[in-house]
Amino acid sequence: MSEKKIRVLVAKPGLDGHDRGAKVVARAFRDAGFEVIYTGLRQTPEQIVAAVIQEDVDVLAMSILSGAHNTLFPKVTQLLKEKGVNDVLVVGGGVIPEEDIPFLKENGIEEVFTPGTNTQDTIEFIKGHLKR
Amino acid sequence: MDIQKYIDGILNRDVRSTSRTISLIENQDSMAVEILKGLYKHTGHARIIGITGPPGAGKSTLTDKVVKELRTRGFRVGIIAIDPTSPFTGGAILGDRIRMQELSVDPGVFIRSMGTRGQLGGLSKATLSAVKVLDAYGCDYIFIETVGVGQSEVDIMKLAETVVLVMIPGMGDDIQAIKAGIMEIGDIFDINKCDRDGADRLAIEIEMMLDLKGHFEFWRPPILRTQASIGKGISELVDNIDNHIKSLEESGLLRERRLNNIKVEVENILMGELTKKVHQVAKESGLLDEYANKILEKETDPFTVSEIILSKI
Repeated sequence: MSEKKIRVLVAKPGLDGHDRGAKVVARAFRDAGFEVIYTGLRQTPEQIVAAVIQEDVDVLAMSILSGAHNTLFPKVTQLLKEKGVNDVLVVGGGVIPEEDIPFLKENGIEEVFTPGTNTQDTIEFIKGHLKR
Repeated sequence: MDIQKYIDGILNRDVRSTSRTISLIENQDSMAVEILKGLYKHTGHARIIGITGPPGAGKSTLTDKVVKELRTRGFRVGIIAIDPTSPFTGGAILGDRIRMQELSVDPGVFIRSMGTRGQLGGLSKATLSAVKVLDAYGCDYIFIETVGVGQSEVDIMKLAETVVLVMIPGMGDDIQAIKAGIMEIGDIFDINKCDRDGADRLAIEIEMMLDLKGHFEFWRPPILRTQASIGKGISELVDNIDNHIKSLEESGLLRERRLNNIKVEVENILMGELTKKVHQVAKESGLLDEYANKILEKETDPFTVSEIILSKI
C-alpha cells in the first residue's frame, strides 16, 4: 500500500526582496497534489542543500530575480554533488535571460522557467522528469 | 538498498538514511516496518516535547528559539513540523522551516516537515514512527510542532511526554471556546507575544481554569510568558520543560505515560492492519458488493453482514 507523494522544495537563494512568484508556484504545486516545503527568502546554498537532504525531496525548484543565478544555481548543484545527492530533479525559475539558460543546463539545472511560463507546464515537466 | 544498511545508517547518524527512512514511513512502504523493528531497541533515549496551539501563535518561531537554547546547552535536537494537507488535492505547503533558517545548517539539528495526509488530530500518521527514527538517530530532544489547532486536536498528548500549549493574548472570548479540549492537555502554558494587550487577562483566565481543576499532586502547569521573536523568556521555558521531565521521572509518571503511549501505539498498528484485512475480505473478495444487494432487498441487514465479514478475518 505505497502512497508516494511528490515532495518539492521551493527555495529562494540570494538576496531577492520579494517572493511573490515563488509563492504562486508553491501554491500551484500544492494544487497539483505536491507536498511543497517552502523555506522563505534569502537562503544560502548550504541551507538549501541541507533542507533538500533532511526533507528528502524529489524536486528542488529554485527562483532568483536578482540576476545572481549564474553564481548561485551552480553553487547549489555543486554542493548537492559533493553530498552525493544525484536523484533530485533540479529546476530553476525567475528573471533569467535566454542566453544564460544553456550555461545553467550544463550545470545541473534540468529546466529553466522564465516569466510567463504557465505553471501547468512546470508541473507537467516535473511529473515527466522525476529521477526516482 | 537493504534494510540493515538503513538501520546502520541511522544509528551512525547518517542524515540521508534517516530522511529516506522517514519518507519510506510516510509512503507506507513495507520496508519501513522492518527498519523500525530493527531500530526499536535503540529508542527511548530522547525526550519528546509537543508544541501545540492555534495557528499564528508563534509555534515555529518559539520552537526555533527553544532549540537554539538547547543547542547552546550542548544537546542534539530533532524537529518534526506538521502542516495541513489539502483535503481536496492532497497537496500541502509546509512552511515551518521559514522560521528555522539558521537551524538548517546546524549539524546537531534535524528538521523534517510533514503534511497531515488526512489525519485529523493535529499530527500525521507517520509522526510517531518518525519520532522513533530520530530517537535512534541520537537526538536528545525531539520537538513535534503540531498543525495550528482549534479545539480538539489533542493527539499530541498520546505521543509527547511534555506538551507546551502556546497561546496568544487578545483572542478575547475565544479563550472560552478552547477551554474544554486543548486546554486540558498543556503541561506548560506559554503566553507568546506577551507584549500584546491582554496577556495579564489571559494568564488570569488560565490560572482560574487550573484552580477549578483542583489538586495537582506532582505538577501544576506553569504559565509562562515569552516573546519568541526577540528570544524573551526562552531560557525559562527550557528550564520548565526540563523541570517537567524531572517531575515525571521522580513521580513515576514517565513510565506510566510511556506505557499508555505504547498501548495507543500497538492499538493504532492493530487498527491499521485490521483495516487492511477488512478491506481485503470485504472489498477485494467482492463480498461487500454481494451483500450490499441483499441488504438493499431487505434479505439481511448491515449488522448481520458485518458479523459475517468479521468472522472471515
